[in-house]
Amino acid sequence: MPFSLVDLLQALSAGLLVGGTYALMCIGLGIIFGSMRVINFAQGDFLMLGMYAAFYLTTGFGVLAFLGPYAGPIIAAFLAGPLVFLIGWILHRFIVSRVTGAGVAQIEGAGAYGQIIVTLGISLILQNGGLIVFGSTPTGIRTPLSRSSWEIGDVLLNQGRCVSFVVAIALAAAVYLFLTHTRLGKGLRAAADNSQAALYMGIDVDRAHRIAWSLGVGITAVAGGLLASSQTFQPYVGFDFVIVMYAGVVLGGLGSILGAFWGGLLIGVVQQMSTLVLPYQLQNTTIFVVFLLIIFLRPQGIFGRLSERT
Amino acid sequence: MRTRAEIKRQRWAIAGFALAVLLLSLMLKSAYYQLVLTQVLLWAVLSLAWNLLSGYGGYFSFGHAAFWGLGAYTVALGMIHFGLTPWLTIPLCALVGSAAGAIIGYPTFRLRGHYFALAMLAYPLAMLYVFEWLGYQELALPMQREAPAFYMQFADQRVYVALALGLLVLSLLISLRVENSRFGMALLAIKQNEPAAEAAGINTWRWKMLALMLSGALGAMAGGLYAVVLLVITPETVFGMLVSAQALILALFGGVGSLWGPVIGAMVLVPLAEGLNAELGDVLPGIQGVVYGIAIIAIILCAPEGVYWRVLDRLPRRKPAAPEQPARMPATIVPLPRERAGATGKDLLVLRGIGIAFGGLRALDGVDLIVPEGGLYGIIGPNGAGKTTLFNVINGFLTPDSGTVSFAGSALTGLLPNQVCRRGIGRTFQVVRAFARMTVLENVVVGAFVGTADDAVAARMALAALDRVGLGGRAEAVASGLTTRELRLMELARALVSQPRLILLDETLAGLGHDDLGGILDVVRQLRTDGTTVVIIEHTMQAMVQLVDHFTVLDHGRLIADGKPDDVVRDPRVIEAYLGKRWVEQVASRAN
Repeated sequence: MPFSLVDLLQALSAGLLVGGTYALMCIGLGIIFGSMRVINFAQGDFLMLGMYAAFYLTTGFGVLAFLGPYAGPIIAAFLAGPLVFLIGWILHRFIVSRVTGAGVAQIEGAGAYGQIIVTLGISLILQNGGLIVFGSTPTGIRTPLSRSSWEIGDVLLNQGRCVSFVVAIALAAAVYLFLTHTRLGKGLRAAADNSQAALYMGIDVDRAHRIAWSLGVGITAVAGGLLASSQTFQPYVGFDFVIVMYAGVVLGGLGSILGAFWGGLLIGVVQQMSTLVLPYQLQNTTIFVVFLLIIFLRPQGIFGRLSERT
Repeated sequence: MRTRAEIKRQRWAIAGFALAVLLLSLMLKSAYYQLVLTQVLLWAVLSLAWNLLSGYGGYFSFGHAAFWGLGAYTVALGMIHFGLTPWLTIPLCALVGSAAGAIIGYPTFRLRGHYFALAMLAYPLAMLYVFEWLGYQELALPMQREAPAFYMQFADQRVYVALALGLLVLSLLISLRVENSRFGMALLAIKQNEPAAEAAGINTWRWKMLALMLSGALGAMAGGLYAVVLLVITPETVFGMLVSAQALILALFGGVGSLWGPVIGAMVLVPLAEGLNAELGDVLPGIQGVVYGIAIIAIILCAPEGVYWRVLDRLPRRKPAAPEQPARMPATIVPLPRERAGATGKDLLVLRGIGIAFGGLRALDGVDLIVPEGGLYGIIGPNGAGKTTLFNVINGFLTPDSGTVSFAGSALTGLLPNQVCRRGIGRTFQVVRAFARMTVLENVVVGAFVGTADDAVAARMALAALDRVGLGGRAEAVASGLTTRELRLMELARALVSQPRLILLDETLAGLGHDDLGGILDVVRQLRTDGTTVVIIEHTMQAMVQLVDHFTVLDHGRLIADGKPDDVVRDPRVIEAYLGKRWVEQVASRAN
């Protein structure tokens, strides 16, 4: 083997830690894709918004300075959620809802074109608007945590990533419970399974979609906020994560929230493990390869199911 | 498909467009504007390439940057490492692009819908990282001062305009050709209902692969010329997401699945983006992206189907020109049904021990079935008995876990539906599978391609088939506007137009009122008279008893009775399966 056991454990733990945040952002995308069947190209840019929101809340305005360097970034990441939720809500209300939803689904094929253009347009606006507002210099949130590590044997665990991991898993669990155990969450899932039937059963599908969309971008933004303290970013960072998210969601099975979680986690592990055997630049290529393998070998994903009738 | 006069008009339109671009290029003074014009033309080519596969065939590609980038790198690397001239490498790009299309298509066409689109997204991005890793971060084409023309390096930008225009005209002519041939019809049919296209004898795999390879070839050539024009390429600028996005944005903006849509999109959006970049790029970096984003959203909210289709809808409608071919072919021209042995009693279709399971559910379990040639054979059974599954096994949608299917003496097991159709088995579907946006005639023409290599003959056969089912008067109606009865008849015509020896009818009578039933029953009887063997599935017995001359009853995936209709309906097991025990008792008491 070209690498040692310690390297292996190091990569595995790093993969799991980063995978926790990936899992959270995948859930965000999974909620949107699962309920609306829209390919959202702007998802990565909402992640970017979450990063900048956390950044400014932590450092820029000093509002959270009194919470200290430890709790500050975490709280900031959480606050990024509602902020981006609100932006998502407005975008859905005025733009996205006009090309999605039960009414549009009726037109065979024609609906999908509009959706793709609109999310691409939103993506362009957010990226380039971000460039205007935030500037192009890469930034990051520096916390004492992200510069120190715990040692378990010879394996180093970055403290900042550990905290992000725990928070991400906790939030993911909360979202899962919300979707499976509350009335609103069940309504969202019903609208996802069959929007026509849900419509007839008195569920306001348009509203359900709006909630799903806003919730999805909000959750992904929190994941972005959590990542912001362990990596640098600029307004175009979102795209790197679009593939991570789609790979995770497809891996788990389109439409399955639990699947999105495990898919995201696995993608993190694959990405980090690949650095053991492949040059660093190719770690994203590994994701694509895994992604392609999944869709070829098991397109329904780990948790998904296929259903088609002739 | 257009008439010949319309095709001619389109050719003139292309010529006029080319002339206008040349004139414009002569009038433009600044080299910068020439460059923008060149880019407009090249992006239009990429978008047309995208449109071939995704616009006509409906397989959405988010990854056309793969072809563009491979083309650009072929030209750049060829010149840097081997001193090859673009005059040679750009045609070579066509080979590279179509090879890439074949390699990508081979695994990827097993996917559909969102999965296909997402898989396509991954290819160019994976290539992007690979080319970066290989150390090709930035490639500059070396200036060739010795023989600039030989290396396609011109001081006068107008030469590039002419070259790009040549490529665009080529793409337009190819698209026009595809649109008006069975290639285009097959793609449209695939887009609207792939299983139906397959069952009607369209080799969907072949046409999809051809579309992707052609698309890849055009995209790679455009990418190659792009490298020559821009002189510097990076993985990000040729494999990046923006390239793939550009290809589809231009087509969606201009009008998907139309000849001129991608061109319109490129003419409007490319100069807009370039202009914004030049005017505002220094003052406020990023503003051009914002304005571009707002522009495409605004347009798509106003005209979701794209500019071309919206304008076309607004224009006063041209009266549909009288069809060139004599539209109402008298029935006598119909090639008479081949002389058949009639009810020879020879076994035409033989099923032995067919079994298939979906997960834990045994949908079919040891089914043996022998259909003699020339008969009208009925299969009945309650819902969920496995009737449609049986048809899907026969026509190749499903491969049985065990057992064999043979037809006219040769095995069918393992063949694709279109191959089964070619062997002479037509079918209809329980839920009508129409190509909703095509006319009735076009729907049937798709089915006729199996029977003839000549598209004009296919059209005549389709008209004849429509006359046979009594739908001749509705040939020009769009399928989505038909009644259930008309849809059933249209599907029937599509199944019989290729003159199959065996037709499988899946609940053709379902959902029809009493009055509508008669017409269809007549057509089915006529089929038998003409010598075609018919197997029909129903779950209502009544109509069937009068119609068929042999009955098979399926229940829970097993064959429970087989014989003459009168005998079968009296079989207590059948009555029990069908109507429950109480009926059996009732019948028994009545008999006494």
